[in-house]
Amino acid sequence: MARHHVKATVNGDAVEFLCETGQTLLEALRDELHLTGTKEGCGTGDCGACSVMLDGRLVCSCLVLGVEAEGRSIETIEGMAVGEELHPLQQKFLEHAALQCGICTPGILIAARALLERNPDPTESEVRFWLAGNLCRCTGYHKIVEAVLAAAREMRAA
Amino acid sequence: MSEMRYAAPKTLAAAVALLAGAQGRARVLAGGTDLLIQMRTGRIKPELLIDIKGIPGMGEIVAERGGYRVGAAVTGMQLIEHADFAKRWPGVVDGVRLIGSIQVKGRATLGGNLCNASPAADSVPALIAAGAVACIAGPDGAREAAVETVVAGPGKTSLAAGEIVTALLLPPRPAHSGDAYLRFTPRSEMDIAVVGAAVNLTLDAQGICTQARVALGAVASRALLVPEAAAALIGTRVDAGALGQLAAAARAASRPIDDKRGSREFRLSTAGVMVCRAAEIALERARRNDG
Repeated sequence: MARHHVKATVNGDAVEFLCETGQTLLEALRDELHLTGTKEGCGTGDCGACSVMLDGRLVCSCLVLGVEAEGRSIETIEGMAVGEELHPLQQKFLEHAALQCGICTPGILIAARALLERNPDPTESEVRFWLAGNLCRCTGYHKIVEAVLAAAREMRAA
Repeated sequence: MSEMRYAAPKTLAAAVALLAGAQGRARVLAGGTDLLIQMRTGRIKPELLIDIKGIPGMGEIVAERGGYRVGAAVTGMQLIEHADFAKRWPGVVDGVRLIGSIQVKGRATLGGNLCNASPAADSVPALIAAGAVACIAGPDGAREAAVETVVAGPGKTSLAAGEIVTALLLPPRPAHSGDAYLRFTPRSEMDIAVVGAAVNLTLDAQGICTQARVALGAVASRALLVPEAAAALIGTRVDAGALGQLAAAARAASRPIDDKRGSREFRLSTAGVMVCRAAEIALERARRNDG
């Protein structure tokens, strides 16, 4: 059985894990590195629950093989807060009640942060198009969009 | 999948040798956004994955021969973010923008969209209309083939055993050229084309169309180049009469299926509508593009 020894950086920390060829990065994060903040929704790249940053690119970790992470830098939801201090997006999601069951939330936060890094002042329409790859079956999206826009305002003022 | 092996060759020669040596039991891995899903559903069970992203040039967009060479592993987001490419080939970028979500576009590649050979692939009609040429490497050496000859049917390409698409060449762009791709889907994002239409045209100083290429997606078993549709535009001002001829030629060339996304009749009708709208956008872009 071919097990690959992968060395990567996750949230700034050097990590190593073993995986089989068919294991996805999502499975490696959750099952090998025990970083269970990243969620599996559909497993086919449609829902965005498994969104992570891979070398600065927003991707679905269910559509990346663990072995492809060799030498790469990955950012997950576990790296978003600094100690006890929440990221402004996380704070606004709480204030705006932008989550109910919470399964989609880590992926949406990662995706929204990627948007605000590229575009600190998005329109509502830009937020909705950027987050089109993140499905939420609870909120109806309105509160999520409001929270992202509120976080963007706060981050611009900071 | 425990038996499956993974290789990340550093040279094209090594990748071709691996692919040819696997005798059909290997698959090329670029962005993986189609391949990993096909593996997950059990539709394919490759014994070897050949990751081509580490091969020099595969992930680069470079100016070449007066146009562009886009490596087969260039992602959708890379292409969208390349300001000069987007200025030269807005229609190709129209197609790429419609591929999946931001996440999917962060991984999905032009080479993969071509080689997955979906009849509804969004970048393929635009590449065909652009006159793009696929650079292909194989056991018998390198060759080039027009994009419309690479797609052969649903999931089928004309690539021979051991051949890999390495890049797409976009030709030089005359002044007053414009291209556009449009598709019909029931919703605006995250959907599969019911009909796709791409138009690429060049105007002379008087506004007469001197060159045109028209391609259709999702109306046949593969994306189609439609020379009769292009002929309806050439020599005209792309006026209402020409658009009527364009729509008729597009409908005549379409051989659509009935499925849950659209009936045959709907696709035939919509092909004519979408190709005219794409032509109008391409015309507007050509008028604004003074080279």
